[in-house]
Amino acid sequence: MKLTDISGDINEWFDGTGPLADIVISSRIRLARNIAGYKFLSRCSVAEKGDILKKLRDILMSLEFGDKIFYLAVDKTPVLDRHLLVERHLISRNHAFGKGPRGVVIAQREFFTAMINEEDHLRIQVLRGGLQLSQCAEQINRIDDMIEQGIEYAFSPRYGYLTACPTNIGTGMRVSVMLHLPALKMTGQIEKFLNATRDANLAVRGLFGEGTEAAGDFYQLSNQVSLGVSEAEVVAQFENVIIPEIVEYENAARNQLLSKEPDVLDDKISRAMALLRNAHLISSQEALFLLSHLRMGINMHERMGVSTPAITKLCSLIATSGNADKSAGSAPSTSPVQASSPQAGHSITTINRLFMLTQPAHLQLNCGKTLDAAHRDILRAKIIRSALNG
Amino acid sequence: MQCQVCQKKEATIHLTEITDGVRSEMHLCEQCAQEEGIAVKSQLSINELLSGLLSTQPSADEMFGDAEQEVSCPHCGFTLSQFTKEALLGCPYDYEVFEKSLLPLIEKAHDGKTVHRGKVPSKMPQDTKKQIKLTALRQQLEAAVQSEDYEQAANLRDEITQLE
Repeated sequence: MKLTDISGDINEWFDGTGPLADIVISSRIRLARNIAGYKFLSRCSVAEKGDILKKLRDILMSLEFGDKIFYLAVDKTPVLDRHLLVERHLISRNHAFGKGPRGVVIAQREFFTAMINEEDHLRIQVLRGGLQLSQCAEQINRIDDMIEQGIEYAFSPRYGYLTACPTNIGTGMRVSVMLHLPALKMTGQIEKFLNATRDANLAVRGLFGEGTEAAGDFYQLSNQVSLGVSEAEVVAQFENVIIPEIVEYENAARNQLLSKEPDVLDDKISRAMALLRNAHLISSQEALFLLSHLRMGINMHERMGVSTPAITKLCSLIATSGNADKSAGSAPSTSPVQASSPQAGHSITTINRLFMLTQPAHLQLNCGKTLDAAHRDILRAKIIRSALNG
Repeated sequence: MQCQVCQKKEATIHLTEITDGVRSEMHLCEQCAQEEGIAVKSQLSINELLSGLLSTQPSADEMFGDAEQEVSCPHCGFTLSQFTKEALLGCPYDYEVFEKSLLPLIEKAHDGKTVHRGKVPSKMPQDTKKQIKLTALRQQLEAAVQSEDYEQAANLRDEITQLE
């Protein structure tokens, strides 16, 4: 398995299907675990880290996931490949650029990854498109049970699963839901949303781009509390209360734009279209910002049946542009997931592909050479132009 | 990156201002940003929050009391002053060794809750002593390897395998 096998297309969880996928990009659950009888990583020698790595890798690679899995020694992986893994949300930035022997096990369809020797000995995650937290919880629990057959976890009856940072003890579980909230931003309500989540003890981060800024109106919402609440309680709270409420607010904001400020809405979408179809240089920040507006427009058409002049134009444009987005700079795709067949949800797939494939490491791996920022901006603009102009 | 104003602390607030098409950047630490009247809207990461909580305390003594301040974990040699720097613990036993000091932090991080409610491993560690022994043996093994005492190392490895 080579990374170029996956870099040519979007992850399955980003294909735009799944419950509420117009607003909920994906659901993720991760568990932090440590092996009993070993120190935490900050106190481990290189030899001990190597020992832990081998032990966990052997266990993980012997498990049955219903998918091909492969292993990468992150510390021995080229820097560009590490960036790619971060861009695809398969490993954390800390894991990519940390120290010492460490690795990652990845399921080919990218619904599962296990980071070995990140902040804890083991961090496993399950990812799915749309709002599918119960399914994630069920799956990761099963995987956790399987791993435990071969190992003893550090656990205390009082504090639960013991982790290097006291903020993760208890269940060791972090639930993260990735949301696309452009209308809340446009209607000036995003601060209200951010404040409310903080009051509810939730963490908000950006999904794409560097650092924590929410580029392209993508937000990642996660629980902070992992002690004193069960896994099922946290999952139910997110799935039945928090997320449906936010989705409702975002939908209300979209309707508000339609009924009260249709010209503002059409202006944003038309401008985004004009820039993306004509630009010859575009930074990843600007691309995210503009693609976000197109994504909202298409979803309003496909999911809400909305037709304003700009949205209608956008949708017919993308429907006729076919799969031209594959031509420029892309490696011949060997991925089983093809976005080429014209079908329902095809337009949103085209946009989602652009989000994923115009990130810096994706651009470079897919064209087979390293590019500086200026040349990336040229190639990014070219790929977007050809996808949107047919 | 250092704060532009005090030149001491790490800059955690990065401000880009575009006035009449001219772009200017400011990099400030939280304290200086507040003094400059810049609202801090960014979300702190959990680690930043933790180390922030700890470092804003006037002294580690006040926070943890003299008693545990000097204690080092018999299993991993970890001390509380290291925790204030790294925000990460040294080994699972630190939760017992430094329990008194950590409890207020745990409470704060977990919305007042201090007792686990959730999944329990099917294989509960049957014998805590066994694990303490394992950690100790691994430490000895490491020392033996370092001092190139391979005979001792082999014995220790056998003992570990047996215990496991």
